[in-house]
Amino acid sequence: MLEARSLAAIRGERLVFRDVSFSLASGGALLLIGPNGAGKSSLIRLLAGLTPPAAGDLLWQGDNALDDPPLHATRLCFVGHMDAIKPGLTVADNLGLTRKRTRADILAALATVDLDRFADLPARLLSSGQRRRLALSRLALSDAPLWLLDEPTTGLDAASVRRLEQNFAGHRARGGMVIAATHLPLDLPGAVPFDLSRMAA
Amino acid sequence: MSRFLALIRRELILALRHAGDSVASLLFFIIAASLFAFAVGPSPAVLSGIAPGVIWVIALLAALLPLNRLFAADYEDGGLDQLMVSGLPASAVAFGKIIGHWLTTGLPLLIIAGPVAIMLRLDAGGVPQLLLTLLPGTILLSLVGGMSAAITLGARGGTVLLPLIALPLMIPALIFGAAGAVTPHPIAEFAMLLGLLALFLPLAPLAAGAALRAAVS
Repeated sequence: MLEARSLAAIRGERLVFRDVSFSLASGGALLLIGPNGAGKSSLIRLLAGLTPPAAGDLLWQGDNALDDPPLHATRLCFVGHMDAIKPGLTVADNLGLTRKRTRADILAALATVDLDRFADLPARLLSSGQRRRLALSRLALSDAPLWLLDEPTTGLDAASVRRLEQNFAGHRARGGMVIAATHLPLDLPGAVPFDLSRMAA
Repeated sequence: MSRFLALIRRELILALRHAGDSVASLLFFIIAASLFAFAVGPSPAVLSGIAPGVIWVIALLAALLPLNRLFAADYEDGGLDQLMVSGLPASAVAFGKIIGHWLTTGLPLLIIAGPVAIMLRLDAGGVPQLLLTLLPGTILLSLVGGMSAAITLGARGGTVLLPLIALPLMIPALIFGAAGAVTPHPIAEFAMLLGLLALFLPLAPLAAGAALRAAVS
């Protein structure tokens, strides 16, 4: 269970949002919406432990999650707006870069985004939508309960968006949580839309 | 521990795949050393006298070459965000990348320094002593350089700033390293080099980790 209590973020000199509170149970989903600059990315990075909050607490099972960022990191899989893809490596090697994986695991992960046919292609040849899908395939390799996604559907075609929605549903059915920031329509059944523009200072 | 080894493995894979960076700094080292031979002339007396100092200085400059990409490449493509949420503390991420820099730049420089020293007419008997000073020297360089690279990460003009921070910090190592390569019984010089190592081995990863956390936030 993830609980945010009166979180606030400051970018530069500007207070982006304040008093952001929510709680998310296992199997739950949260859809962060709001116009550009409302602080969706800031909140996602804050929840990932990358940015310290200006105020407020983030609790995981009742304990302060940001006291120990490396421990918090093991509970989450973060897909930011940058794809973190090395163009010189093949698609499969990109997935096996940060941790050694078996070929079967990598192919299974690539299959969740329909990229398994391109496993041995150099990643520099991928289109921007395919790069996005490769970044999203990291979700399938992670066993972390909390998925944090920043604009996951940018550049995706309709079929890929549907596949992603199915992956979200599967993760939630296994008791995982999904928090996604997006300004595009994304079907997350039962998700609480969380409008950050209301939290603007 | 397995996460830390995985990070070093990642750095080695990337260095092998983008071998140009490491090879460029090696070639720079060899070419710059030859330039000295051309500029000073082939007289063995002069060359062998300046060889240890020359090798120390150009090893320093050569190791600086790949440093501005050490964190910047991952910073720009989002890879650094992924490393920061990989379950490792920020200082361990920094230390792993510093070890990667030493393995892909410092160690090759150490290996090529012997032949280059002989090219500069250093007595064959003096080569092991020079290499012995370069061993802690290159490690110090990776530590100080990695720390400077992390501090200048994301700063405007970081490429220019990086050597301006790293080179002055390397002056003590340069003084005792180059002196230790030529004095007959360099006990004091080695003690100083080891002392610098004892200082920077904990300090550099901690400072670099704090800088990385600031860069991604």
